[in-house]
This record gives sequence, C-alpha cells and structure tokens, in this order.
Amino acid sequence: MPNDIGHSASSKRREDVRFLTGVGNYTDDIDLHRQSHVVFLRSQVAHGRLKAVETTAAAAMPGVLRIFTGADFEGVGGIPTGWQITSRDGEVMQEPGHPVLAQGKVRFVGDMIAAVVAETEDQARDAAEAIELDIEELPAVIDMKAALAEGSPKVHDDLTGNLCYDWGFVEDNRDAVDAAIKAADHVTTLELVNNRLVANPMEPRVAIGDFAPGTGDSTLYTTSQNPHLIRLLMGAFVLGIPEHKLRVVAPDVGGGFGTKIFHYAEEAFCTFAAKALKRPVKWTSTRSEAFISDAHGRDHVTKIELALSKEGDFLAVRTDTHANMGAYLSTFAPAVPTWLHGILMAGNYKTPLIYVNVKAVFTNTVPVDAYRGAGRPEATFQLERVIDKAAREMGFDPIELRRRNFIHDFPYATPVAVEYDTGDYDATLDKLLEISDHAGFEARRDASAKKGLLRGLGINCYIEACGIAPSNLVGQLGARAGLYESATVRVNATGGLVVMTGSHSHGQGHETAFPQVIAKMIGIDENMIEIVHGDTANAPMGMGTYGSRSLAVGGSAMVRATEKIIAKAKKIAAHLLEASDADIELKDGQFSIVGTDKSVAWGEVTLAAYVPHNYPLDDIEPGLEETAFYDPTNFTYPAGAYSCEVEVDPDTGRVTIERFAAADDFGNVINPMIVEGQVHGGIGQGIGQALLEGAVYDDNGQLLTGSYMDYAMPRADDLPFFQVDHSCQTPCTHNPLGVKGCGEAGAIGSPPAVVNAVVDALQRAGLDVTHIDMPLSPARVWSAMNS
Amino acid sequence: MYSFEIERPATIAEAVAALKGEDAQALGGGQTLIPTLKQRLAMPGVLVSLAGIDAINGISRNGAGEFCIGGGSTHAAVAGGAGAYPALAALAGGIGDPAVRNRGTIGGSLANNDPSACYPAAALGSGATIVTNAREIAADDFFQGMFTTALDEGEIITEVRFAVPEVANYQKFEQPASRFALVGVFVAKYASGVRVAVTGASEEGVFRWAEAEAALSADFSAAALDGLTMSAAGMIGDLHGTAEYRAHLVAVMTRRAVQAAG
Repeated sequence: MPNDIGHSASSKRREDVRFLTGVGNYTDDIDLHRQSHVVFLRSQVAHGRLKAVETTAAAAMPGVLRIFTGADFEGVGGIPTGWQITSRDGEVMQEPGHPVLAQGKVRFVGDMIAAVVAETEDQARDAAEAIELDIEELPAVIDMKAALAEGSPKVHDDLTGNLCYDWGFVEDNRDAVDAAIKAADHVTTLELVNNRLVANPMEPRVAIGDFAPGTGDSTLYTTSQNPHLIRLLMGAFVLGIPEHKLRVVAPDVGGGFGTKIFHYAEEAFCTFAAKALKRPVKWTSTRSEAFISDAHGRDHVTKIELALSKEGDFLAVRTDTHANMGAYLSTFAPAVPTWLHGILMAGNYKTPLIYVNVKAVFTNTVPVDAYRGAGRPEATFQLERVIDKAAREMGFDPIELRRRNFIHDFPYATPVAVEYDTGDYDATLDKLLEISDHAGFEARRDASAKKGLLRGLGINCYIEACGIAPSNLVGQLGARAGLYESATVRVNATGGLVVMTGSHSHGQGHETAFPQVIAKMIGIDENMIEIVHGDTANAPMGMGTYGSRSLAVGGSAMVRATEKIIAKAKKIAAHLLEASDADIELKDGQFSIVGTDKSVAWGEVTLAAYVPHNYPLDDIEPGLEETAFYDPTNFTYPAGAYSCEVEVDPDTGRVTIERFAAADDFGNVINPMIVEGQVHGGIGQGIGQALLEGAVYDDNGQLLTGSYMDYAMPRADDLPFFQVDHSCQTPCTHNPLGVKGCGEAGAIGSPPAVVNAVVDALQRAGLDVTHIDMPLSPARVWSAMNS
Repeated sequence: MYSFEIERPATIAEAVAALKGEDAQALGGGQTLIPTLKQRLAMPGVLVSLAGIDAINGISRNGAGEFCIGGGSTHAAVAGGAGAYPALAALAGGIGDPAVRNRGTIGGSLANNDPSACYPAAALGSGATIVTNAREIAADDFFQGMFTTALDEGEIITEVRFAVPEVANYQKFEQPASRFALVGVFVAKYASGVRVAVTGASEEGVFRWAEAEAALSADFSAAALDGLTMSAAGMIGDLHGTAEYRAHLVAVMTRRAVQAAG
C-alpha cells in the first residue's frame, strides 16, 4: 500500500487561496517610496562591436534621472558562473567575462547596452529609444558545429575559440567502450536534436533595488527560486557587498522552471543603481523581453550509439553531444550537459560500459541553462529513443527489451559514477501497463483506423538524480557552492510553529506540504504551522529550490530541526512531570510518562519554555527554537515508466495525444494531490517540448519565435486527461522522510513517450520513418511522411 | 505604447471627419492594432474608435435576401446571430478565443486583411459586398494583397452583405502557436456556381482557387477534386510550414470543406 504521509494526506493547497483571489504578493506588486523605473536598451543585432553609445540627448529628456552604460561598470565585477568543468585534456573550461552592461561588444539579440532610469517607465522607454548607437555588425555564430569550425568568428575575442569545454565521462572507459561497440553483434545509431526551449513562467522577471543611506544597507526584491544564492553571488562576486549589508527578498514567485535560479545582470543593475541614485530602482520585464533575456533551456545536438548482443543485452553506450551555452555562461550552465546529464546515461539499465562526450559551445544566442529536468530529460530522451530504435531494428518488443536490461539489485553502482540506492523498475512498468490499459491498444488502434487515423503507442522508462546534492561530491565535480539546505523551527509560546526554510516555493505547495510533515511528528494540527521562506533576513542560509530537492533536502533539514525541538520539549515535559526525559513519549500532541496516564500537553510545554517559572533553568535555556542544516549523502533516484498513445492524421501530419499514463516511484509521498499536480505540470511541459515548443534563430541570430504568435505554448486542449499513479514506492534509503522528489519527472519522462508513439504510428502504417526531431509539428510530421 | 488622443464619434459622419485629422487611425475592436501599439510599432496621433457608432452595428436581412452585417459587429455577435448562414456563424465562432471574439469586429478584420485571418475567406468565398461610407465594393475587387485593400484613406466599412449560399463550409488548419489559419478554405455553393476562397496560404493574401471552383461547379463532390493540386509557387513558407506543405493543405482543406458542406 502506498505510504501517503500526513494528517489529511491531500490537504488542499493553502497558498492557492491568495493566488487565486488576487491577493498574493508578487515582486511587481511591491512599490517603494520614491521608486524610479529602469528600461534596458537591448541589442537588436546578434554580434557587433560597440563603437559609440551616445546618451546626451536622451539624458536631457523629461523625467530621466541617469543613463548608465558599460563604462559605469568598469571596475565592477561580472556575472559569475557557479560551476567549473574540466575538459578531457585536464584544462579547465573557458570562462568569459560577463559585464552587467555590454562593454566593447554585443553578443546576442537582447544583450544589455544601456539602462535608462527615469521617474516613470514610459519616460525611461522614450529616452531609451533616443539613445544613438553606433554598432559595427559582425557575422553571427549560431550553429554549434559551425562555431567550432576553423576560422569561425569568435563570440569572445579573448578566448581561444568558441569551445567552452570538451568533457569526457568516464574518460577511463573510452577505449573499452570503443572496443565493445566495435565487437558488438548490433549497434543502433541515432542522431537527434533536443530542442531549445523558453521557460515562459507565467510571471515575468522583476527586480527592485533599494538602498538605505542611513545604514548603508542594500535590499533586492527579485523573482528568484533561491534568494540566498543571489545574495551570495551578487554580493561577493559582482557588487562587493558583504552579506550582512545585503538583503534579498523573493516573495510570491509565479513559476520558475529553472529560469529563475540564475543570477541575472538586471538584479545587479537595480541594486547598483539604487545605491548610486539613492532611490529605489524597479524593472519589470515585458513578455517580449523575457523571450530574449530569460535563460533558455536544452539545445543539445547528439549522436548516440547503443551496442547490443544478438540476445538483446545492452553492452555499451557511446554519446557525442554538442551543448549550446549561448553567448555567456549562465549560473549553472556548465553543469547541465555534464554532471546533470552524463550521470544519467545508464538509465534504468545495467549497461556495463558508457562513455559520454560533451562539447559546450558559445554562440550568439541567449544564454542556456537549467530548465525543468536540466540535463536529465536530454539523457532520457536520447537513451529511450535509441532503445526503441534498436528494438525495431532487431525485432524485439520494446517493452521486453527494456525489461531484459533492467537493474534489479540495489544498491547499484552505475558505470557513470552514481549509486542508485533503491528502485523497482518492473513494478512501475507493470503498473503502467495496467493503468494505461495496454491490453486494449489494438482495439483502440482499429477504432482509429476506421476514422482514417494512424494510432501509435510509445513507452519509455526514466530515472533521474534528484535531491541535489552531497556538497563534498559536487565540490569535487566543480560546483562553487554547497548544496545543503537549512531550516529554523521557531515554536511560539502558545504552541504554534513558524518554520523558516531556505527552500523557496514558487508553485510547489511547500506552505501546505511542509506543515503536514511536522504536524505528524508532533501530533498537532497542520494549521498551527506556518512556512516562511524567500527572505534572507529571516531564513537561515539556504540553497533554494530546483532539482526536485525541496522535500528531500529542505524537508530533511526541517525534520532534523524538529527532532531537536522535540528532544528539548521532552526535557521540559520531564521537568513538569517530575520524570526522566528518557521516559517521556510524544504522541498526538501529548507528552506522557511511558506506561502511565500522567501527561502534559504540547501547549503547556511550549508555554513553559517562554514563561520559565517552573523550568529546568540549570539544565537548559528558555525558549524553543532550533536550526538544522542537512547535507544529503547521495542523490535520490525517482524512476518510472510512461506511455503515450497518439493519433496521426495522415493527410496533414497533425498529432493528437489520445491517452497518456505515468507510473512513478517517488518513494514516500506527503501530499498525493500536490504530487499529482506536479506530474501533470511536468507532463504538460514535456508534451509541449515534444509537439509544440521550440526556440528558433535565423542565421543572423534573430529569434524567430520571439512571441506567442510563433512560440507554441501548450494549451489545455493540446493535452489529454492523464492517468498517473505513484503507488509503487521504494522509499529513499538515506533521507529521513524516504522521499525522492517529483517536480521534474513529468518533463523528463514524457518527451520520449510522445516521439516513440508517433514513430510507432508511422511504422505501423508501413512508413520508413525512424526519427523526427522535436517539436513534432504537423509540418514536420507530414514532411517526414512524404520525404 | 506611445501616447495618443482618442475620439469616440457617435455617427459615421463624425468618424469620417475625425479620420481626416493628422495621423488619425480608425480603431475597430483593436485586436490587431492594440498589440501593435503596445509594441510601439505604430504611433498614431489620434485613435478614432468606431465602437460607439450604432449605425454600423447589427445583423439583418435586406430585400434581396442578403445577410447584412454591420461593420462594427463583433465576431461573437456574428457567431450568435448569423444562424441563417451557418458556415459564416461557425467561422466567426472559431476566430481566436472568447476575449478576441467579444472585441474583434468584421469590419476591422476585413480592413486589416491579415493574410492568415478567417473573415477574408468568408467574404471572398461568398462574393460579399463590402459597403463603406462612400461606396460598395465587390469582394473580388476589395482584397489586393497582404494587408492591402481597396479602401481609401479614412474610408470606413459600414456593412458587409453576404448572399446566402445553398451550402457552405469553412475548414481551418491552425498554426500551432498563434492558431491563426495556417491554411483556411471557404467553400460556398450558389446556384450560379461554386466559390472557393483560400486564406493563410498565399504571399498575396486571400485568393480564389479557380480550378477547384470549376471542378466543383460541374460536380459538387470531393471526388471532383481528385487529381487537383495547388502549386507551391507563391505560397508562404516559414517555420510553421513550407510552401509545399501549405499547397498540400489547400487541397486537403478544400476536400474537407466540400465533404462537410454535404
């Protein structure tokens, strides 16, 4: 039976009341006294030499307070990168400077040239248009392979070329993998593109810088998934503000999907300018601006080879990937195609030999960084696509081929440096076949055929590494930060609790799920517990929310802090009951002496802690507040199996998703409804990637998909009802909650299921189509069918 | 958005006078113009809103049996009020989303002549008459290429008259992002013959497919279209579909429109 934790497991999300009734507090809702507004003048060319930025006339326009250019940031730090990758040859990656405002060159459409601060946004916009630019346009570097060719223009003149790094993993396995592929009975090869995506959170980015001349304190309000990380990066590396003089607040945030992890130049600008002008400076991104300034996701070009024995055993996997970095290195960009991608190439399978080569490339495009799943969808997509292709080439049932190669014995050390603690891949696959009514497919296919439509079935498995991550391990891998999480649990005198956590909720439902955990530990109503997050002034140093880590890491910190609270409370209860604290048990909010009916209530103990008249003051301090930092000992490994049934209209190439099922193993589950919602959202984005979304540049570096007129976001009617299940539970063995994380699974598991299904439909119709690159738009499918 | 003045005339005469002002621009439902203004891609000095002119609102039949739709009628009004011309009502009900349909107007759509808009297909496919404050213009003369019409500066569409066909149907294949017509085909069968109008596909905007009209006028059935193909020459090619794909879709959508019209 599933172990769904909590007093009322599917508690409704308490935060939704304020979100849905329009009384949330988003960054753009904040307006400060004497606030000014900034509009950024952004480059309209992808690559050019900045010869002159003439601001005199613009600066004289009504309402303009000051115009900043790159020259104002000489001597100020650049936007830093949080991860350093070492190439195969032992050299560290090439790491270009990233000034707050462009200096010398512009490197992508959207690069910031100047910033106009004015009394109103309209005045700032008027003046920005009046700035005269003299830009010598240079040839743009857009295609990754062309960028690496001899003689290609360089995005950064001071680097040796456009190669950021050439990463081999595991380099020691390279020769053995080559030999195994050469000797194998069968090798299946697939070349594919993992399409570039724009994250499109509902709330665009906003930043407000504030400065208090009286104290010299700076405050930044920003749309961030990790305010402490922004404080550290911006304070230490860009502006030189010590953390005790800098507060970063990320209030309600309307979706992040990764793109709000990173430290952006707009944040540094607003903080810097507020101090320079001694006035608050606010920036609100327009939607058009978001398309050319929010970090994009994915954008890999990959060749994968899978070697098999004639019986169908996986012998070796070799991959060759080009990963687009864009024009500058965003905060975690170097880690995404490497450590978040290479370590997943074993998938759910006991392939003994794996070699992953990744070349990261600079181009004149928006920087690329983590987007929901971050590296893991790219790994899963190529692996599950090549397995499907191999099954077809060799005449195996794609389900049985996967089963044959499943890992069964845990813990399992993969050849790509991670150890899966637990899992049961047969269980999730069996559950998938049940909930998707796999047996009924042929009848449904007949029904589709009667309508003149081609029905196909796609199945795939996935595994991901979440609960990011053990600090000592990621330090060895090049991370420039620790990846622990923190929590302070403050019990008030009357028994209510406030939990201050470094985890940040921007749609995940922490304010509902986290209290369920503590409520169960103490035995009190979850409504007595409040979650506070998003403000460096009141939460302990924490690393924020991404990588499906909040409950696994942040929740574990909260459990550890609560355990300290309970231990101290037991001492207080023991004193009140005149017993030994070893004899005290806590159940249903009552402390009692084991084996007796003598007890004292939670509220009496908490009151005693703050009104310590009858209290063991010689032994313990008054008050009831504890902090814990939790550093995980391993990643967590959510896994599962997904299936998709599509209909393809042979006349138009249009694909519709008729059925979609997901069987996930997330370990223990706290709030099943929230988990289901996370999976639904992830699948929505995965289907978006598979069928609809794609950021496309032309050869000159102009973004052709710069608005919703051309960038196809999934809408409700693009999606079917989902069958989702999380009842297969192999709890994580190394965190106190036994949880694995559920935020990214849907986005990881769904794209290969969709593409496998479309290829299946075409193959069943007798068409020799082995692959179509995402998004599978009607035009692309029709073209594949008719080429 | 740049700042501008707004005028709200109550009569056509007042509107015509207001449009004589410097940098004046007519505002229908604003579904194209307002986003353009927000992007600072247009800088009119005066917007002349046509929304308050009662004389160009409403749907009626005239003595000739024609369906007469006021130029200021919203898509929602036509979708709900054109029951006697079901294909037209269905087309109007399939434009955009409810917010667009409750603001956008038939006059605004025809005057803009977006190459992917639905209404031009209905007007050309029905051989409609576009009535302005100054004259009557046959649909065949009205559409003059992408975003180009026979309208003079300051001329206002007051009414669009449709002869109701025996049968008709509109088939739209949507562009995945904008959901405008990647290709839309309007087929209408009149006693005098069949008209086939295509939107979304051509670099010249909405056009009539003469070969299909001839075949369907002789035999109004899908089979009559067998072997008929549209040339890709002059078709739009972009990231949503090549010229060849659009040309192919014209034939597919025409066939489906004939089948659906019955």
